[in-house]
Amino acid sequence: MEYEAVIGMEVHVELNTDSKVFCGCSTDFDAPPNTNVCPVCLGMPGVLPVINRMAVEYSVAAGLALGCTISRWSKMDRKNYFYPDLAKNYQISQYDLPLTYDGSLEIEVDGVRKRIGITRAHLEEDTARNTHSLGGGVSGVDFNRSGVALLEIVSEPDIRSAAEAFAYLTALKQILQYLGVSDCNMEEGSLRAEANISLRPVGATEFGTKTEVKNVASFSGTQRAIEYEIARQRAILEEGGAVLQETRGWDADRGVTVSQRSKESAHDYRYFPEPDLVPLAVDEAWEATIRETLPELPQARRDRFMEQYGLPAYDTGVLTADRAMADYFEAVVEAGAEPKQAGNWVMGDLQKLLADGDVPIGECRVEPDGLAAMIGLIDKGVISGKIAKDVLAEMFATGKAPGTVVEQRGLVQISDADELAEVARAVIEANPGPAGDYRGGKKNALGFLVGQMMKATKGKANPKLANELLQHELEKG
Amino acid sequence: MSAESYAWTAHEIRDAVTSGAVSARAVAESYLARIEACDQKVQAYVDVWAESALAQADAVDARLARGEDVGPLAGVPVGLKDLFCTKQGFTTCCSKILKGYRSPFDATVVERLADAGAVFLGKLNMDEFAMGSSTENSAVQVTRNPWNLACVPGGSSGGSAAAVAADECAFALGSDTGGSIRQPAACCGCVGLKPTYGRVSRYGLVAFASSLDQVGPLTKDVEDCALAMNVLSGRDERDSTSADLPVGDFTAALRPDAKGLRIGLPKEYFTDALGADMREKIEAAVSALEGQGAEVVEVSLPHTEYAVAVYYIICTAEASANLARFDGVRYGHRAAAAADVEELYRRTKTEGFGPEVQRRILLGTYVLSSGYYDAYYSKAQRVRSLIRKDFLDAFEQCDVIVGPTSPTPAFRLGEKTADPLEMYLSDIYTISINLAGIPAMSMPCGLTESGLPAGLQIMGKPFDEATILRVGYAYEQNRGLDMGRPAVA
Ligand SMILES: [Zn+2]
Repeated sequence: MEYEAVIGMEVHVELNTDSKVFCGCSTDFDAPPNTNVCPVCLGMPGVLPVINRMAVEYSVAAGLALGCTISRWSKMDRKNYFYPDLAKNYQISQYDLPLTYDGSLEIEVDGVRKRIGITRAHLEEDTARNTHSLGGGVSGVDFNRSGVALLEIVSEPDIRSAAEAFAYLTALKQILQYLGVSDCNMEEGSLRAEANISLRPVGATEFGTKTEVKNVASFSGTQRAIEYEIARQRAILEEGGAVLQETRGWDADRGVTVSQRSKESAHDYRYFPEPDLVPLAVDEAWEATIRETLPELPQARRDRFMEQYGLPAYDTGVLTADRAMADYFEAVVEAGAEPKQAGNWVMGDLQKLLADGDVPIGECRVEPDGLAAMIGLIDKGVISGKIAKDVLAEMFATGKAPGTVVEQRGLVQISDADELAEVARAVIEANPGPAGDYRGGKKNALGFLVGQMMKATKGKANPKLANELLQHELEKG
Repeated sequence: MSAESYAWTAHEIRDAVTSGAVSARAVAESYLARIEACDQKVQAYVDVWAESALAQADAVDARLARGEDVGPLAGVPVGLKDLFCTKQGFTTCCSKILKGYRSPFDATVVERLADAGAVFLGKLNMDEFAMGSSTENSAVQVTRNPWNLACVPGGSSGGSAAAVAADECAFALGSDTGGSIRQPAACCGCVGLKPTYGRVSRYGLVAFASSLDQVGPLTKDVEDCALAMNVLSGRDERDSTSADLPVGDFTAALRPDAKGLRIGLPKEYFTDALGADMREKIEAAVSALEGQGAEVVEVSLPHTEYAVAVYYIICTAEASANLARFDGVRYGHRAAAAADVEELYRRTKTEGFGPEVQRRILLGTYVLSSGYYDAYYSKAQRVRSLIRKDFLDAFEQCDVIVGPTSPTPAFRLGEKTADPLEMYLSDIYTISINLAGIPAMSMPCGLTESGLPAGLQIMGKPFDEATILRVGYAYEQNRGLDMGRPAVA
């Protein structure tokens, strides 16, 4: 029998507000353990939460970007369970009235676009971190993370493959990063994804029994975990067995999912409305104010880049993957560079320099107008494209302007015909073999000779002129 | 005025200290001596802060000497129920689970009192986590009623009420979730006000049931109550449920007559459940108010009979979550040598919480459980809105509602400890007010045949404490009876 996978994603992202969601503590959870804490996020007796307005606005912005409806009236609830990383032994979350609901996100896999429904995105608080590495039979709890604002984004079960799940996570991360509401760094835990996976015979409308896969540390890990889980469930079903409803953890080292908790021992969270907070009322005016702050989102920007700059689809995809990169590219064009050339330099050499040096684009020492000026030098024939690569590398390393680099290193292209004709004659003289070949009809021997001319001029010869002069000298005698 | 300043009211002390007639230090010394003389019998205090009280009094005197502003409670000695967080001393809620716990911060109301020039005498006994009506659920000690040491002081703010009645403080701070200020105030013959929910900040009040808890004063007279409310009331950014409304001057509203006021008598409060002796006292008080120009109308609060059931669902549900944090992980009692975290939780809570607290946590956990939520919690919330609507409807016809605070005067120690349901009925007239979120005050209206105080309850519209205080003041100024003070020492 043919089976199809039915997958829904639950993604938690940490909102990058400066302070925690219910107290004034800093959200810098990398600080020494238990230094960014206060009575509120430690759950001391007598404290009360006060909601962070910025966290609500970030959540609404995310909801709007995901096409969600914003609740005019929502509330926080207490989710009750006992665990040492949970300061109050309840988490303030949202149960039946989420802040935003009913949206969708477009993904693209193998050139096919598809919309994945977003059930809801709601606000809650993060937990502390337990550590068992202290030794001596003692466990520690670091409350720096306790109370950091989390947005939980729940998708509809519209995802049909591991590749679609990967595309969903990528698109979601891109949107949230564009909004600037979250770093979405899965390795650092600022984005956590869980997948609900079930299989059913193709054509069936009812869902099969699902498992929930947790503990994945990367997008590619999620894709592998889902692939594994689909195969595992298929094998069970093909043998006539039944999938057990349970939570399974991804063991990245072994490449398998492992049973963690079955439904029988599932928690009864005893949700009820949080009496310490008043209902959240986001009225039309507030929603409109937040909507005005939304930046152009990735999909719209891709479409505009194709239209406005005439860039190919592939280039627009690469250039818009990251908002800062796209902003950079547009700044280069704004500074006067031709878009296609600007795109090539940004996606090619600059991207490589950034990646090799592990430098975020925000800290790049090549200013957009510097890059545009460098492209201008190529256009004007001052430097060759090949020389420009070295110029860019130096600009990247030192932050110098392209004109300064060219001048200091004497990299100005030689475009003086008399000077180059002399070099051409010398090269022909020094390489009688290839020169003879050319004259004998092997026209591609010219390439070697041009190369020799570049070598003799340390790359500074104007390539077009060198080519013409060589041909002229060779044909002349 | 008595020579002993411990017998004075807060406003008398404030006036005497501010005018220089007496030093704040002398007042503090008088109260500390009174505590020394009486508290072995009354057992109201769980912790007395003699040294710091004298230092605070000296600071008030020093400010006065420099001609600086000393605040509206200059030199007034105050006692604090042991569930207000204080950096000084311990904050234990009279529970074993918080034995030795020191709070890293002061409750907002404690800050406000300190800023107003109050002098703190120490922490007062209470039912563990404010759960009880007799203070017998304290894990620390048994407080006795100053009017009759064989009787309970009421609860849960029993230490606060007993201390005020025995002149062991000028006034005390209590908290009221279902009657915990008003019922002990009635039992001990003092004035006790539960403000409108949201009138006073709850920040630093260790929570029992968050949607019902309110902080309020227990005082010797109505004017002191108004004075304390001036200091305690108002928006606090640290409590999202505190109301951003103007407070005004409650003492300015006090007038010695009740002209033009309509007083509602709820027929559901005057049934056989109310003792004849108690009923007589309430009716006499109503007559006195009529004599001061008030008009009396009968009103109905038809959902009154559901209040106890609704209350014990909502307050236990909230308590089950509020008390979950006491788990032995970060502070408070921790069971020794637990094998794993589950055993740590189980043994810490079993050892740390008393039987009534455990009973309410279990009840609350049950009513929130999957499959029971709709039948209990959700339905209780719906009935709660009906109870609130009852009051709002009744207030269409009157300015205040008046009735008894408690069906009986203070009962004997041990009389109701064996039967929790019997104990719960001590609060039948007070819990509706918390469910409705409205303000209500209890004040003494004479002594019953047994020589124990009876309490008159005056209920007001939301955020209209001013009218309650005005009615109470009119009655107090004209009640024509001198109850005297209990003879403790
Ligand atoms: Zn904090």
